[in-house]
Amino acid sequence: MFQRLPNASGERVSFTIDGRPAEALSGDSVAAALFANGVQTCRSTPVSGAPRAPYCMMGVCFDCLVIIDDVGNQQGCQVRVRPGMRVETQNGKREIAR
Amino acid sequence: MSAHNRPDYDIAVVGGGLVGSATAWGLARLGQKVAILDEGDIAVRPSRGNFALVWVQGKGLGMPEYAGWTKGSSDRWTGFAGMLRDQTGIDVHYERPGGFMPLLSEAEVEARAAQLSRLHNQPSMVRYDYEMLDRAAVAKEMPYIGKDVVGASYCALDGHCNSLRLLRALHAGLGLHGAAYLPNHRVERIEPRDGGFRLITSAGELGAGKVVLAAGHDSARLAPMVGLSAPVRPERGHIIVTEKTAPFLKFPVGYIRQTDEGGVMIGDSFEDVGFDTTVRNGVTSTIAERAIRIFPLLGKLNVVRTWAALRVMSPDGFPIYEQSTSAPGAFVATCHSGVTLAANHALALAPHIAAGRLPEEFTVFSARRFDVPKAA
Repeated sequence: MFQRLPNASGERVSFTIDGRPAEALSGDSVAAALFANGVQTCRSTPVSGAPRAPYCMMGVCFDCLVIIDDVGNQQGCQVRVRPGMRVETQNGKREIAR
Repeated sequence: MSAHNRPDYDIAVVGGGLVGSATAWGLARLGQKVAILDEGDIAVRPSRGNFALVWVQGKGLGMPEYAGWTKGSSDRWTGFAGMLRDQTGIDVHYERPGGFMPLLSEAEVEARAAQLSRLHNQPSMVRYDYEMLDRAAVAKEMPYIGKDVVGASYCALDGHCNSLRLLRALHAGLGLHGAAYLPNHRVERIEPRDGGFRLITSAGELGAGKVVLAAGHDSARLAPMVGLSAPVRPERGHIIVTEKTAPFLKFPVGYIRQTDEGGVMIGDSFEDVGFDTTVRNGVTSTIAERAIRIFPLLGKLNVVRTWAALRVMSPDGFPIYEQSTSAPGAFVATCHSGVTLAANHALALAPHIAAGRLPEEFTVFSARRFDVPKAA
């Protein structure tokens, strides 16, 4: 659904989405990197279980919550993707131990 | 009272918080024509800020009748929640898994054991079981307790609910029972007249055969208008709520509990600061630190909200229920445990008010107990 602008530039960054290898450009937020990799939904809500995807991309809506390097409820749009980062979609509530 | 002079309502309940709503719901359920007079959004509203425990253990030292009243309400809660669900479709998520009061030193263990022993040794104390548990027994139920937890007291009667849903269910139920909820009707004056009452509000006057003052802090102002007294004062409590988390804590643990929707509530502060609901960071960090000592895992969670609310406290901390002698259709009901006692207000107090007389066993809850001159 999302495509990079033709003049997008930056170094390639390798990370994983739910254990699968993925690539982003340096400077991408995790949320942008998910979109660039065709991810449609990144989490489900804690009460009703409805699917959610990054929306505001500026730290306000909290719809882009994901698990990053074993820590749940991270705002994907507020974290830059780093080499080797493990990003996981989050189903419902976060686990307290991660 | 002649037919043409019939008041607008059988009963006017002043206050739309948990005490007023539960009492009004119980009255409307019995077929009384009820109006609930509430203030607007600027009112001090403990019913929107409480901790949602239905708690029994430790209550009633100095007034064993209060322990009995509390246990009675706890015993009625399952049925009460079922009635609300059947009537409104709203599940208030009442659970009664038993509650722990965590203790972080041998001194705390000794003090708690002595306090509960004194409580249960009172003459005419209601009988129920509680246990003092050592660390191993607590860890058996909650393996993730912190190393500082030395033990806990436990009582199987303790529970909790979703108190915002409780308030919503009561209001929905009031509507279904045909009661009139009248917000933005601050009561300015109450005049006993013709065996009934005229209530002069910010939005007009109305008449009622009886009046119930359940206005929380504002009952202190209103009670003298009908020959009653409600010397209540605000006591500030802070609450912290974390992000929603997968269920890990089944039990209410003193001032820590996980809600049905996953957030963890922490609320363990008591301050006498008047009508000030400002959140103080020093207080929230202190209660958060203690909570983390009890459950170190909590340290990983993000806080999503903090707030402060004002408990409605009488001079001895026990409820006030009283019927006016000068205007016998007027009643006052106030307490700081509007959730725990909601079942009793709806199912045990309301029928007496509908019948027009508080029986003998309520005498102990009269505000006249505060009239004793202070000893030199």
